[in-house]
Amino acid sequence: MEKEQIPHMPEREKLTTEQQIRRRTLNAFAWFGLASLLPVGIWKALTAKPLEGGVPTALRSILDVNETIASTYFSNQHLAPTFAVSEAAKQVRVNGAAGLGGKFDPATWQLAISQPGKALTLSLDEIKALPKYDLVFDFKCVEGWSQVQHWAGARLADLVAKYQVGTRTGQQPTGEADFFKHVGMETPDKGYYVGLDIASALHPQTLLAYEMNGEALTAPHGAPLRLIVPVKYGVKNMKRISMITFADDRPRDYWAERGYDYYLGL
Amino acid sequence: MKRIVENKHPLAIRWFHWVNFPVLALMIWSGLLIYWAYHPYKIQVAGYTLVTFFPSGFFKALNVPFRLAEGMSWHFALMWLFTLNGILYVVYTFISGEWRYLLPKRNSVREAWQVVLHDLGIRKEPLPVEKYNAAQRIAYTSIIVMGLGSLLTGLAIYKPTQFWWLTTLMGGYETARLIHFALTIGYVLFFVIHVAQVVKAGWTNFRSMIAGFDVVDEQA
Repeated sequence: MEKEQIPHMPEREKLTTEQQIRRRTLNAFAWFGLASLLPVGIWKALTAKPLEGGVPTALRSILDVNETIASTYFSNQHLAPTFAVSEAAKQVRVNGAAGLGGKFDPATWQLAISQPGKALTLSLDEIKALPKYDLVFDFKCVEGWSQVQHWAGARLADLVAKYQVGTRTGQQPTGEADFFKHVGMETPDKGYYVGLDIASALHPQTLLAYEMNGEALTAPHGAPLRLIVPVKYGVKNMKRISMITFADDRPRDYWAERGYDYYLGL
Repeated sequence: MKRIVENKHPLAIRWFHWVNFPVLALMIWSGLLIYWAYHPYKIQVAGYTLVTFFPSGFFKALNVPFRLAEGMSWHFALMWLFTLNGILYVVYTFISGEWRYLLPKRNSVREAWQVVLHDLGIRKEPLPVEKYNAAQRIAYTSIIVMGLGSLLTGLAIYKPTQFWWLTTLMGGYETARLIHFALTIGYVLFFVIHVAQVVKAGWTNFRSMIAGFDVVDEQA
């Protein structure tokens, strides 16, 4: 059977091309419109309630994935760059006084350490008896500014080793898995509190600092004892620590409750 | 007479382009929310401040203040899409051979100047017919290099301890943040010129970025 021959007429052909262009344009824009529902859908999913610590649940779970990824390349071998003491700021920036309110007597201060099945208290002298380390590093605020600062104190890792805390057995650790997953810290008035993953807490540059620029800490900087943790933003560098708790569940965290990422690792 | 030219822009490239558009827009928006929390940058000449990044009215008009946490959440979620899309685009252009139209050639810098003069209406001679002219080649290659720059400076300020070597390579923490910011201003300038050029080039050109095909007028 012979196929019907379309007459080869220039006008007809032109019309067909025009029609084709029209049809294909409409087609493409329809698909484009349909595809643009994709970002709308993603936006809806990421902003969907409920909120978890001020952040939509989906967005919060991405932050948690980021933490899992970050913990794969986190290493105690990765150190924050250090500087000469002369490079440290003389006027050390004070940024936040949450948890420093209320009546507080440094003379009667003690550090309470607890974990399931174990509790002890330490005096400042007992902490000062641990090896002292100086650290001059670029302190980084979550706001974006940074400042080279000079701190000194004891390694949290040394305290953990000496007093045999942080492990589930309450003994010397036999391996990394022995440790509780998190450390929580609180101020005496419980007005400020942070949670850290155990790896960051035991990082060799993580200090329980009692000196700044070679002198005893002042009250605005967190006297008598504060945390210096270079692998975290400033908000985790808690001032006036009165309680340290080891646990597997994430301890509460002041800024994570206010919409920030819990991990905040650098 | 009109003729349809198939596949001026391959489907993959159209996807990469249109995925990048909302992702980059949201990266810039969330970046602005982050930048607000510490916004020291300005351009000064001989003691006079020419531009402040940004005046408080600008921040307020865009509802930026006090949204740092929100900005960080978005920025560190969408960074994956931005990076993935960018990597796929580069890989695709190399595998498909599209890079031949996109990379600058030896004489591109000189030709690009002619394109600029032409586009400003100063030079009247028609430009050589090419899929992308010299100025486009430079622009579309630069924007990818800028994207890589944003990724690297971004990582440098995201993990300055874990990737301390990268932070050092990027000139240090503060320099990396400045470059990261400057690149963003670059995207905004790119966007303005890009949209102006698209408007100038007309409907057929714009349609080809959505439908893929081009339409050319042919001499009978």
